[in-house]
Amino acid sequence: MNTSNITVPQILGDFIQNLPSSQEYLILSFSPSCIPLRQRWRNNCLSADFLADYLSTFFLGNNDRQPDSDKQAEVKSAVSYIANELLENGMKYSTQMSPFPISIQIHLNPDLIVFQLTNSIPANRTQQFKSYIQTLLNADPNELYITQLEKNEESGLGLLTMLNDYGVKLGWKFESLSQSTEMAVTTMVQLGI
Amino acid sequence: MEIKTENYNVKYDETSHNIIFDGSLRLNGSTEYASISELLENIAQQEPEKIILDLKALSFLNSSGISILSKFVINVRNRKNIQMVVIGAKKNPWQSKSLKNLQRLMPSLKLELE
Repeated sequence: MNTSNITVPQILGDFIQNLPSSQEYLILSFSPSCIPLRQRWRNNCLSADFLADYLSTFFLGNNDRQPDSDKQAEVKSAVSYIANELLENGMKYSTQMSPFPISIQIHLNPDLIVFQLTNSIPANRTQQFKSYIQTLLNADPNELYITQLEKNEESGLGLLTMLNDYGVKLGWKFESLSQSTEMAVTTMVQLGI
Repeated sequence: MEIKTENYNVKYDETSHNIIFDGSLRLNGSTEYASISELLENIAQQEPEKIILDLKALSFLNSSGISILSKFVINVRNRKNIQMVVIGAKKNPWQSKSLKNLQRLMPSLKLELE
């Protein structure tokens, strides 16, 4: 195994390392150890709806054009869908009772919304996850989506629906956490608006 | 047959063969969707001539829910003798984006977005 993977962050897919500073952004952070997953699940919807609702004020908020209410509803629904899927994945795949938080950030830019979900996973599961990411990046997402459904294979459908139905770009960053058997994974979703 | 909860309802009208979903469905994976899957499986087993899946009032569905509906459509398609109509509404933007995939699974499925 290449030890450089452990010390230097590894990037897969389309990941912007130095996000341009945007004026409007929100970050929510949760502690996986405080309450059980079953109780936290309902917070995914609440958080996703809150993020979408709050940020919708700023969608297409340029002074030179009138907000288009259909477009606004479309972006709001997309933000809610994507944020909810990211949070569900974070809750499902992060290390149970991990001391590291799960966080979601949403940055608004004039033509682009950038989502970042960070969670920790057990280091011994990173290879499996990376090979799934490679499959996702190398496949035709439309074909893969249908194949997965026909095979009754559910995992990864959230990411596939984002690619197919919302035309997003996906990227990942893997970083080691000092003195821990966990790795921090950041999933980045770029949604053009 | 009916499933009623605080956040969503699923109702099957046995005479018109309409399955009506309303509310917001974001349950945790196939385990939490089990009662809905069971209801859908029961309907498919009865093999009515035509099934109308009415999603007009379903404001939100997560990917696990999309997967449940997709499996139902595959089940109906494999029985070969059931016509399937899916009715959505443009006011729910996710439906314009995601429901077309059901047609890819079952090309004879009729999709209406009102």
